[in-house]
Amino acid sequence: MSTAEQTPFYFPRRHLLTCEGLSAKEINSLLDLADKAVEVNRQINKKRDVLRGRTLINLFFEASTRTQASFELAGKRLGADVMNMNVSTSSVQKGESLIDTAMTLNAMRPDMIVVRHHAAGAVELLSQKVDCSVINAGDGAHEHPTQALLDALTIRRAKNRISGLTVAICGDILHSRVARSNIYVLNTLGAKVRLVAPSTLIPTGIERLGAEVFTDMWKGLAGCDIVMMLRLQRERMQGNYVPSTREYYHFFGLDQEKLALAKPDALIMHPGPMNRGVEIASPIADHSRSVIRDQVEMGVAVRMAVLEALARNLPNH
Amino acid sequence: MRKPPREPSQTDVTAFINARLIDPATGRDEPGGLLVRDGVIADIGGHLRRTAPEGAEVVDCYGHILCPGLIDCQVYTGDPGQEHRETLKTASFAAAAGGVTTMVCMPDTEPVIDQVALVDYVQRRARERAIVKIHIMGAATKGLKGEELAEIGLLQRAGAVAFTNGKSTIANTRVMRNALLYAKDFDALIVHHTEDPYLSAGAAMTSGEVATRLGLPGVHKMAEVIVVERDMRLVEITGGRYHAATISCRESVDAIRQAKARKLPVSCGVSINHLTFNEKDVGSYRTFFKVRPPLRSEEDRVAMVRAVASGDIDVVVSSHDPQDADAKRRPFAEAADGAIGLETLLPAALGLVHRGEIALMPLLKAMTCNPARLLGLDTGQLTKGAPADLVLFDMNALWVVNKDQLRARSKNAPLDEKTVHGRVLRTMVAGKTVYQYGSAERG
Repeated sequence: MSTAEQTPFYFPRRHLLTCEGLSAKEINSLLDLADKAVEVNRQINKKRDVLRGRTLINLFFEASTRTQASFELAGKRLGADVMNMNVSTSSVQKGESLIDTAMTLNAMRPDMIVVRHHAAGAVELLSQKVDCSVINAGDGAHEHPTQALLDALTIRRAKNRISGLTVAICGDILHSRVARSNIYVLNTLGAKVRLVAPSTLIPTGIERLGAEVFTDMWKGLAGCDIVMMLRLQRERMQGNYVPSTREYYHFFGLDQEKLALAKPDALIMHPGPMNRGVEIASPIADHSRSVIRDQVEMGVAVRMAVLEALARNLPNH
Repeated sequence: MRKPPREPSQTDVTAFINARLIDPATGRDEPGGLLVRDGVIADIGGHLRRTAPEGAEVVDCYGHILCPGLIDCQVYTGDPGQEHRETLKTASFAAAAGGVTTMVCMPDTEPVIDQVALVDYVQRRARERAIVKIHIMGAATKGLKGEELAEIGLLQRAGAVAFTNGKSTIANTRVMRNALLYAKDFDALIVHHTEDPYLSAGAAMTSGEVATRLGLPGVHKMAEVIVVERDMRLVEITGGRYHAATISCRESVDAIRQAKARKLPVSCGVSINHLTFNEKDVGSYRTFFKVRPPLRSEEDRVAMVRAVASGDIDVVVSSHDPQDADAKRRPFAEAADGAIGLETLLPAALGLVHRGEIALMPLLKAMTCNPARLLGLDTGQLTKGAPADLVLFDMNALWVVNKDQLRARSKNAPLDEKTVHGRVLRTMVAGKTVYQYGSAERG
């Protein structure tokens, strides 16, 4: 599919906790593996056995539908036994039980744990306490590595390259782990990253991660190849960051008028779940250039690639 | 059962010979000796360098530094209410091992020390169990809620040396004004934690690139400066004595310095953490470096050290805040704030001297005579008649901190596994040796 396919596989890691620090070689190895998984997933028999005998635990401290389902499918298609655990407790109790939960699960001898937690750094903390591989499925506003990888795969397959593209990530950057992971991956692969949001939703110093900041969406979208919308995290909006969703939509919602400023072949992306009419106009979500549903498909493939890559580094005795 | 009071017997005479005497109150730094009789300094000077009276216990200092015992103005314990974190007794053992002869305990306990009975209780516990001197900072407002004034006059009469809202800032400007105004009638000092509660709500560290990379909610350092500047204006209109407990950035120093220039009765302190660490020490979510105020940039750390050197910052504290393992072994944003520091205050501070960042004298001043003057204590200096609260330390000894060997009950030591420069050899409180390096520890 791409020239990157010739690069030999290279992913010498035990965990996937962040995209910060991943090399282009490592990312391309995962994307190449994911490309193959896409083909498998499009066949009638999607079952493979690279994880046969392995146990995968999905440990979600924060509600999630698509990421959890995606990891579950990925694990099952590779032949692993998959167990889902939804640990929904009060916010105070969560942190307290984290280490204990980790120790308990570790005693069940899983080979991999996929973790989502509402607190930044929680997944890394957990990884220090267990013997198996740990995959970060989102920790607070820190990182969501598989989302960034699936976004990269989606872009690479649609555009045949990532290097040299201009990607505008728009919306609630402040609370977004997706934005941070994407900044790292896209920069590493040679894309130019723009961030578009009102100043209240831009974290201090984010430009140092490798991005150009725009508070005017009309300017931020001008000439870009990819428009990546983020969900406005209204549940985290106690601090009065935007006056109303109506005003937000007016200035930062993706509609036909603003989209017209991007390149004519610009792709429209969204990690989901979408707030139609808040950050994205409904017709735009269903636009012919929208790859939002492709992202979901790539999600399963990328997660299969990650699981397989980490499994190669698991002890085999 | 009450133990007998700690006063030494009449025959107790200790002669420190062959010492390097440092007295920050007078600027003395010379070879000499010091004679302790009946718990007080009986004589001091070059003439005692090699001579000791007959019958005295002779301590040969081998040229090491003998200076006033340190006064630590900000110590949190869990006594009463959270004894699993730290008691007055365990804190006092840590203090003794760190050369701290006087510690001032904060009212953030359960219950809050906002009543005379509690001051009495803590003082009694301290007398019975602690091996160093303990003073109490009373609550400035009931329950530290920042709403109603505590009984400042009665608390002062019971022995509280100053008044504070502990770890929380008095957000209500009127309450703060009244606290300063009312305290003025008693010449009482108001010690304030300066962090705008609205800006800092939910923040886990200082905002900026590091916080953004870690995905942690941050607070700008100006949240501190805003409160300091507000308080300067309140001091201006009330004339109350004011001390900013632990400032952490250059702009706060500027505000205090300007107020001092206008002859306002203000002073400020800094914690050893903000002199020795910066925000990058948080690394990958290391919760031992989660403190209040949060660690700042390297520029601000350097500014803090310089301000201690120049005297713009009056006091250096350990801000000893014991937290148990469960409170720290959590995701960063959910972990408790605080670091222990009583035992490592002096070595950490001496590290600054060894690195050439500050001279010894201004540093010791901020931990001896300055806090004594601020709180009206009769210690913190090497003069005849003063209590023999002393520390003898080896400026150059290197050792590796091991949190499990520290005497504090909680082990949240950011210096764990770090090599430090300087070791306490002997600590004396009112003429009695309460710590001696290498000797068997008493329990």
